[in-house]
Amino acid sequence: MKFVDEYRDAEVAHGYARAIARQVTRPWTIMEICGGQTHTIVKYGVDALLPTSLTLVHGPGCPVCVTPIELIDKAIEIASRPDVIFCSFGDMLRVPGTADDLLTVKARGGDVRIVYAPLDTLRIAKEHPDKQVVFFAVGFETTAPANAMAVAQAKREVLTNFSMLVSHVLVPPAMEAILSSPRNRVQGFLAAGHVCAVMGYQEYEPIATRYRVPIVVTGFEPLDVLQGIAMCIAQLESGRTEVENQYARSVRREGNRPAQQLMTEVFRVVPRKWRGVGEIPQSGLGLREAYAVFDAERRFGPAPSGRDIASECQSGLVLQGVMKPHQCPAFATRCTPERPLGAPMVSSEGACAAYYRYRRMQPAGAPVAERQP
Amino acid sequence: MTEPAEFSAACPIPQSDYGQILLAHGGGGRLMHQLIEQTIVPAFRNPVLDVRHDSAVLDVGGARLAFTTDSYVVRPLFFPGGDIGTLAVNGTVNDLAMSGAKPLYLSASFVLEEGLRFETLQRILASMRRAADAAGVQIVTGDTKVVDRGKGDGIFITTAGVGRIEHTLAITPTSVRPGDAILLSGDVGRHGMAIMAVREGLDFETTIESDCAPLAGLVADLISAGIAVHCLRDLTRGGLASALIEIAEAAKVHVHIREAAVSVGEEVRGACEILGFDPLYVANEGRFVCFAPEADVQRALHILQTHPLGKDASIIGSVTQTAPGLVTLESQIGATRIVDMLSGEQLPRIC
Repeated sequence: MKFVDEYRDAEVAHGYARAIARQVTRPWTIMEICGGQTHTIVKYGVDALLPTSLTLVHGPGCPVCVTPIELIDKAIEIASRPDVIFCSFGDMLRVPGTADDLLTVKARGGDVRIVYAPLDTLRIAKEHPDKQVVFFAVGFETTAPANAMAVAQAKREVLTNFSMLVSHVLVPPAMEAILSSPRNRVQGFLAAGHVCAVMGYQEYEPIATRYRVPIVVTGFEPLDVLQGIAMCIAQLESGRTEVENQYARSVRREGNRPAQQLMTEVFRVVPRKWRGVGEIPQSGLGLREAYAVFDAERRFGPAPSGRDIASECQSGLVLQGVMKPHQCPAFATRCTPERPLGAPMVSSEGACAAYYRYRRMQPAGAPVAERQP
Repeated sequence: MTEPAEFSAACPIPQSDYGQILLAHGGGGRLMHQLIEQTIVPAFRNPVLDVRHDSAVLDVGGARLAFTTDSYVVRPLFFPGGDIGTLAVNGTVNDLAMSGAKPLYLSASFVLEEGLRFETLQRILASMRRAADAAGVQIVTGDTKVVDRGKGDGIFITTAGVGRIEHTLAITPTSVRPGDAILLSGDVGRHGMAIMAVREGLDFETTIESDCAPLAGLVADLISAGIAVHCLRDLTRGGLASALIEIAEAAKVHVHIREAAVSVGEEVRGACEILGFDPLYVANEGRFVCFAPEADVQRALHILQTHPLGKDASIIGSVTQTAPGLVTLESQIGATRIVDMLSGEQLPRIC
């Protein structure tokens, strides 16, 4: 397939892997921010091509994984109402709340629908004027403009039966939280290409400078990731700490201005709780007062305040890169995609699910047929 | 500068047992597997059932018969490349074919929803007749029931079938041996993406057609040519990946495939890229894998490729003893990873 196969070429991939191996003189730890990149790494076995002294840790960039349980519970409560059609992206449906998930709500008779674009939700709202139609707006800066557009359009069309349960999060504050942690091991970042396609990468420049950490804006195909790693290693080996752009075919320094304007028009920056991490100031988006009438938490009551149920799930450590998924004692034993203890085992982008699916280890920790044919 | 966040190692997400059937239990993945193995099979346990193949093989008065059944629920009823009627005939024909049987007779039971138009029913019946004629089977018995409006998706069809086994091979997962090669009869993912595109109103530049087709002729060609077939499995829900995992687990062998050898049409690849799907897990209705000894494999490939339904056949991998029960894959960039069964159906990704 054109514009895809070019970025999955085995020969070029091995060429990059050799170039990386030649450059590396000591151990380095690099975090890929985005769950999409994590998936590419494990699906294509990118890390199997890298020198063992290079450690990739998987960042918090999976919107499904970082959505706090209170919001999942609120989504389940709203979706269970007989007067509601609850719309969500597909992979949120399997994320467990305190007692249930949205799939169970659907099985009990709730009208829970998978949508592919937030604007589809407006169409459903117009088709069902007797129902309240609620969209679960999760995601990073990537999905925010389209969600903002849906709200703006709902306002223009004066749709009274549409609202949004908003759980948007932002990447730069999460990076700063990771870098400020005393347990931080991350020495370089692959920034999320799609987030930067919207936001540009100017906002990463002060982070690179302040924390003396190289940041490479990176795409999602195997060769993108390998090239991003090569660029990051080159910086680390030469002591540079700059923001570089591997994903130049999609990302400009200033980003997508109209998309940013739309986001700013509809959303404001708010503190947001991240599951497994805790509250990070100025790390999320909420609806502005002018659009508050579309806020599902105003219409159906606010999400319950935080609770911390003891669990053996160590996803907080996984999402910060302190621990690899298979190092968790519950991994693949008491925690599997069918019986997840935490969201990273649920989403197709979740680090634990990615490890489970593509790189499962035996409970004893010995790799099973990891690299041999 | 932001304050360092309060890091908590505890994840507040517990998971309760599902006390009810979810749609995911029908998705061809791990949940469906568990439903069958832990709930349904224990209720009926017997030696024939315990073989766990696509059809039961029965000794009846000296003759060996294959016997199978399948129910068909599909929305929309008509889709590019077929309809619920063609599926209901070909699906059961293919289950019989996977034991190397010659399909002979089918039953057809219809659960009709109040309000279904006669014209729709007649169209479906006509395509069943055409599919039966093409597969060389007769529909010889049946039943009808009608349910209230809203209690069915227009029409549900259940077919059962019997076929005669004329060979002496043991075509089952447990016959698979290290040293076997794995053949795939054509490109994968067509049926699932054809349904997905119509059901979800996804408009692609070209129409993806279902691969729905009867496979008995293709299988008969292999067997009559003397190919020592060890196992056959048609790829339905759960796709190629789930079929290979089921066989690897049942045969306690290590299955290794090369991703580059698995044919996927351009339109299907494109649609999968857009939705974040892996074509290895997407449903098919006219494709199968064949496990046969390495010595026979080139001849088997030639036989498949000379049949119109097998023209895109390829050798996708081999069987070893390295890691019994596992399926591994050499990715496009040449690294090896494990292929695991999905929990339920693939869900479209957020971004």
